[in-house]
Amino acid sequence: MTDVSVGRKAPRITPDLVAEHGLKPDEYKRLLELIGRTPTLTELGIFSAMWNEHCSYKSSKVHLRTLPTKGEHVIQGPGENAGVIDIGDGLACVFKMESHNHPSYIEPYQGAATGVGGILRDVFTMGARPIACLNALSFGAPGHPKTPHLVSGVVAGIGGYGNSFGVPTVGGSVRFHSRYDGNCLVNAMAVGLARKDRIFYAAASGVGMPIVYLGSKTGRDGIHGASMASAEFGEDADAKRPTVQVGDPFAEKSLLEACLEIMAKGCVIAIQDMGAAGLTCSAVEMGAKGDLGVTLDLDKVPCREEGMSAYEMMLSESQERMLMVLKPEKEKEAEAIFRKWGLDFAVVGETTPTKRFIVRHGGEVMADLPIKELGDQAPEYRRPFVSAAKPALLEAESVKPPLGVADALEKLIGSPDLCSKRWVWEQYDHIILGNTVQRPGGDAAVVRVEDGPKGLALATDVTPRYCEADAFEGGKQAVAECWRNLTAVGARPLAVTDNLNFGNPEKPEIMGQLVGCIRGIAEACKALAFPVVSGNVSLYNETNGRAILPTPSIGGVGVIDDFTKSATLAFKRAGETILLVGETTGWIGQSIFLREICRREEGAPPPVDLVEEKENGDFVRALILDGIATAAHDLSDGGLLVAVAEMAMGAGLGAALEAAPEDIPGFAHWFGEDQARYLVTVPAAKAEAVFARAREASVLVTAIGTTGGDALTIPGERPMLVTVLRERFEGWLPAYMAGELPNA
Amino acid sequence: MKAAVLVFPGINRERDMARTLRLISGAEPAMVWHTETALPAGTDLVVIPGGFSYGDYLRCGAIAARSPVMDAVRAHASKGGLTLAVCNGFQIACEAGLLPGVLMRNARLRFICRDVFLKVERSDTPFSRGYNAGQVIRVPTAHGEGNYVADAETVARLEGEGRVIFRYVAPDGARDEAFNVNGSTNAIAGIVNERGNVLGMMPHPENHVEAAVGATDGRGLFAGLAEALGKAA
Repeated sequence: MTDVSVGRKAPRITPDLVAEHGLKPDEYKRLLELIGRTPTLTELGIFSAMWNEHCSYKSSKVHLRTLPTKGEHVIQGPGENAGVIDIGDGLACVFKMESHNHPSYIEPYQGAATGVGGILRDVFTMGARPIACLNALSFGAPGHPKTPHLVSGVVAGIGGYGNSFGVPTVGGSVRFHSRYDGNCLVNAMAVGLARKDRIFYAAASGVGMPIVYLGSKTGRDGIHGASMASAEFGEDADAKRPTVQVGDPFAEKSLLEACLEIMAKGCVIAIQDMGAAGLTCSAVEMGAKGDLGVTLDLDKVPCREEGMSAYEMMLSESQERMLMVLKPEKEKEAEAIFRKWGLDFAVVGETTPTKRFIVRHGGEVMADLPIKELGDQAPEYRRPFVSAAKPALLEAESVKPPLGVADALEKLIGSPDLCSKRWVWEQYDHIILGNTVQRPGGDAAVVRVEDGPKGLALATDVTPRYCEADAFEGGKQAVAECWRNLTAVGARPLAVTDNLNFGNPEKPEIMGQLVGCIRGIAEACKALAFPVVSGNVSLYNETNGRAILPTPSIGGVGVIDDFTKSATLAFKRAGETILLVGETTGWIGQSIFLREICRREEGAPPPVDLVEEKENGDFVRALILDGIATAAHDLSDGGLLVAVAEMAMGAGLGAALEAAPEDIPGFAHWFGEDQARYLVTVPAAKAEAVFARAREASVLVTAIGTTGGDALTIPGERPMLVTVLRERFEGWLPAYMAGELPNA
Repeated sequence: MKAAVLVFPGINRERDMARTLRLISGAEPAMVWHTETALPAGTDLVVIPGGFSYGDYLRCGAIAARSPVMDAVRAHASKGGLTLAVCNGFQIACEAGLLPGVLMRNARLRFICRDVFLKVERSDTPFSRGYNAGQVIRVPTAHGEGNYVADAETVARLEGEGRVIFRYVAPDGARDEAFNVNGSTNAIAGIVNERGNVLGMMPHPENHVEAAVGATDGRGLFAGLAEALGKAA
């Protein structure tokens, strides 16, 4: 074995120092057994970076393996920088969603910006040009003093990075709940397009191949970022600001162009971006995946600051950096391209046959470690878990709402979770690249693929309050709703990326949420043939011992053969028949109505019947693609009447609705959140034909009214003017952000 | 029409612009890297596209305005060559001295991506001949620093000489500060230089040229240019 330097000024490795690096005593014991001696400080840092939750998935891995990851469209499932699916015509869609929760809470602008930068890099590392971004944001209660600051910073950060990089941010979701006080969630998704036969992977191949460092210089920012993201917050969260990286979208845009250029020139054998745990993680992954060793010479690493130690260089999370194995004969050509884009280019190491990870600095060996155990053979836990007791059903008859239907609708439509998020998405360039067919604000975004006619539908979804009440049903519902949103624009859902945000997995009840949600996701993905191709797990989302709501964000991709056939949710003309697809039982438990109007968060969430989901969705998609449905919208938060209102506001056109059936309390009929439902409008003359199709397909379709007028009308209720609804809908967020709602 | 689209590091709407030029003129534009010192022979339209050249670091457009290729652009413009500068391009053109004034942070301090309504003030320029004077067109904006500012004398000259080509208005064409998306002086969205051969504008006509993706109100600008320059050329 090589003689490993401990460094002249290195501190002694004490139990305290080990604990500071987030390694548990049993993990440290395992480390000692692996290397047979006390680690150097650099080695301790490397282990801490690789074995933390964020990089190793040690608590979730055994459960993640139960997710369905294969399907006829899947080219690459989880385990690479991003998932890859075949979308036909020789093209592949590359996509992934990832969290940047902890950094965004500490430093919202840079935290969110580098979250976008990181996920974009994951996508273009694989050879894809990014064509769209989405996000899923969860903030604390509107009344919490920090919330407006976080909203403003996170939104500006996402926009600041994506707009400058030049990718349209086409969709997403924003929610508020007091359980995210002190721990907001920023989940960013990127989608790219590549030629199916030109996908690039991380696994190095060949011994003695030069390893090249590309992109920006290494600085002292983000050291221990991944470890920070693997611990809970206490009162000292602000003190962790130095662990947040600083983004440079300009460098990333240049890096994108340079990478795509050298890939097109056939220079690249393997490529891995430097994300969490920077140089350490990227080098280890390239070697471990290729069953090779890696030797790095840190004297060659381009640095932004003088006198950086090996420890700092190995743990820096400076952004906009890549590691590659290049074809030796193409090295000069690649270097010229990088120089043209004003980026650093340096050979910093080579592949070896030894399966050791060796780091040299100043002529000394600072680390000499087994590469497989650092990477794909990192520790795994089967943590104990308990599933929470299923909450009791809440009978609608037992609920006495304080408001009538019309008042409730006007309040709900202007409530934080249901109101328009225009204030947010207008800060994102959502039209750049000239392919955005459906802009934010619909069920799913639709982007044209190259010059068409193919389009991709994209959506992110999850209903955390359902997951909290029943992790299994909530996991199912997140997938089903995403599938439904893609279907509602006429797309065939193909695959998902999952971003699982939970609290501290060392608590059995949190682990129970994680396990339950994963089981639900797996069941729904199997039933809907909607495999998981990439994902990310973010644990320890707790502040002072209080966990966030379980939030498994699902990002879905669907394809539509002719984007001009995609449906939008706005009513199209007066006199059309409004059809409700799916069964309405008036499920009020865990509904937004119950929470916002009755101030109660209780009951079991609506169950998801996956067979019905599939049948109803396939029925609606066919109506859209056959040109029969003139508008389509899925039903979710807020139920039937909120969905009707959204369709009406989209067009500035009202509707005359039929009264609620007598066997369901009115409020439950209008605001219950039964699943597997859609609204479509059809020309009145075609309604009969639709009923005939429905009978044939055994799908429940009910005519619930007719479009027209300037208000929503229901027998026995006062009219709800579309202009008033719009005012409420558009009004809340701008007023809140302007500080005009002191009691929000 | 023989267009040259300039490419600076950090520019990101050059592909949108190239696609639109191709779609409407039928000719592929040349993409010209910022270190070039000459434009391709026969260039009759220079386009400075949108984006974030050099990350908008220092000041928007300030670094790009000093790129080698800009000398060639100034020479082209001084000979009366047509130059279209959109968004970051407008900022670069101002910084390069091709147009007067400066683009400041939006009045509400936030980046805004939204369709806006522009009144075409006159139709007797190569850039606006595809429209009728007084016509209102809908095109998108996407910028954080598009608030046009110049000293009172310059603004008076621009107005007096009829050099304001596009102005932010309400959908019905009325002047209304609520529709002045970024707070620009006199709701100015686009101006030409003294000679009328350099147009700078903040909105993105190149993103509204296809009915299936947005709208088609941007077509007039490019169709007019193609006509002015002769499609076959």
